[in-house]
Amino acid sequence: MNQALKLSVSKRLHTAGGDRVLDIHLELGASEFVALFGPSGAGKTTLLRMIAGLTAPDEGTISMDGEQWFNSSRKINLSPQKRRVGLVFQDYALFPAMTVEKNIAYGIRSPADKNRVRYLMETFDLTQLGRRYPDTLSGGQKQRVALARALVPQPQILLLDEPLSALDPAMRSALQEEISRVHRDMPVLTVLVSHDLGEIFRLTSHVFHCVDGKIIAHGSPQEIFGASDDRLRITGQVLAKIEQGVVCIVTVAVGADVSRVAVLRKEAESLAVGDRVSISVKSFTPDIRKLRID
Amino acid sequence: MNIDLIPLWLTLKLAFLSAVFLFVLTMPLIFWLHFTASRSGNVIRTLVNMPLVLPPVVVGFYLLLLFSPNHAFGRMLHAVFHTNFVFTFEGLVVGSVLFNLPFMVNPILSGLEALPRNLAEASFILGRSKFATFLRVLLPSIRPALLTGAILTFAHTIGEFGMVLMIGGKIPGVTRVASIAVYDEVESLNFASAHIYSAVLVAISFAVLLVLLLVNKRFARTW
Repeated sequence: MNQALKLSVSKRLHTAGGDRVLDIHLELGASEFVALFGPSGAGKTTLLRMIAGLTAPDEGTISMDGEQWFNSSRKINLSPQKRRVGLVFQDYALFPAMTVEKNIAYGIRSPADKNRVRYLMETFDLTQLGRRYPDTLSGGQKQRVALARALVPQPQILLLDEPLSALDPAMRSALQEEISRVHRDMPVLTVLVSHDLGEIFRLTSHVFHCVDGKIIAHGSPQEIFGASDDRLRITGQVLAKIEQGVVCIVTVAVGADVSRVAVLRKEAESLAVGDRVSISVKSFTPDIRKLRID
Repeated sequence: MNIDLIPLWLTLKLAFLSAVFLFVLTMPLIFWLHFTASRSGNVIRTLVNMPLVLPPVVVGFYLLLLFSPNHAFGRMLHAVFHTNFVFTFEGLVVGSVLFNLPFMVNPILSGLEALPRNLAEASFILGRSKFATFLRVLLPSIRPALLTGAILTFAHTIGEFGMVLMIGGKIPGVTRVASIAVYDEVESLNFASAHIYSAVLVAISFAVLLVLLLVNKRFARTW
């Protein structure tokens, strides 16, 4: 596959947890849908900002379809206006004084884009909301406006910074479906920052696992999250540990549910409240039921 | 009793013109101050805020010297505008614009600074320049702050005394605004006239500030 985005950057970051160096090398193919996954502060948002031209790397190169967007040794740094990027911010960043339609039409650069405004408003089911102001919209509606707005100028790359993190599960699921459909209709290279494994499996074909400013692993979601065997594996966060005789009852938050798992005291010693853990079960046939989402 | 309404008219005219000129003329300055990363931004901000701490008479005194046809700057002003700025209404407007700078600039700058940074970034990514972003995204998002700036300068000009007296003198029908008329009438022991001018000034100030409050509340509700 021909590589659309080639990126090799480093930057010294001053974070709350001390200084660290972000050092990332990526090559992404045209029309791919990839995920950036990793803990907060790993540098995922900074990476998106560098691609968009909002933050300059200290050193390195970024090129898109052969065009140099950034090159520290040749002192090239294209402004955000000159890169064709679509960025959906975590908090949407809709313009409060403009109607939905004006927000979406804001990025029109050519007469052809005008038709895309109407097309995207229909695609995202926003035609009825054209005259409304952002503050009168629900979170899901705002998200759809932000997506439509980002797609109007036909970006070469679409960057989604945890776009669905503020939504409830039902809305999340519906929007994942829409994003997936739109990516099939308009296959633009898309980078999604997400903490949600379901989202990553559903939408993306390739995952970059980002920790401490570096990509520590990449591959298909199955490869990265190890779902290749027949084990049942869920991930969650330790909420509490209660010792009971020889075992220890560990309470784990999994998504919106809380589960309790009995483990040997010795095994529990390495776990602390707040740790991310993976729980896997192999020896029995799990009971699986479809959940109604409404 | 015969009340001369001209001082009140002059006061309102001065307040209105000051607010309008300031609104238009400070926009480039606000644009620059908002986007600049330069250290001189802090110096300019300090200068803009000087009228907040200086006695108005001091500002008036320096402007009087500056506008004087005996100095180079005064002569240049005269050559450009073909009018004298000392003891004229035009001079009052210029003085009032300078003296009210912080009342226009500060509310608008704080309004801009309170906006999420990613509004401007979203606009840049969608291909718009800083100027277009300022005009189309940022300013419309801070309408209450714009209105506050305009109304505060209007209200503050109504109450101005020392600077107006210095630059304008108190020429009846030209530069004798209502606040000076109050002083004059008291000096001449015409307490009744002084009362009337004062009461009108109190009423106007109250009404203007009440409008400011109500309008800001309405904006707060809709957004």
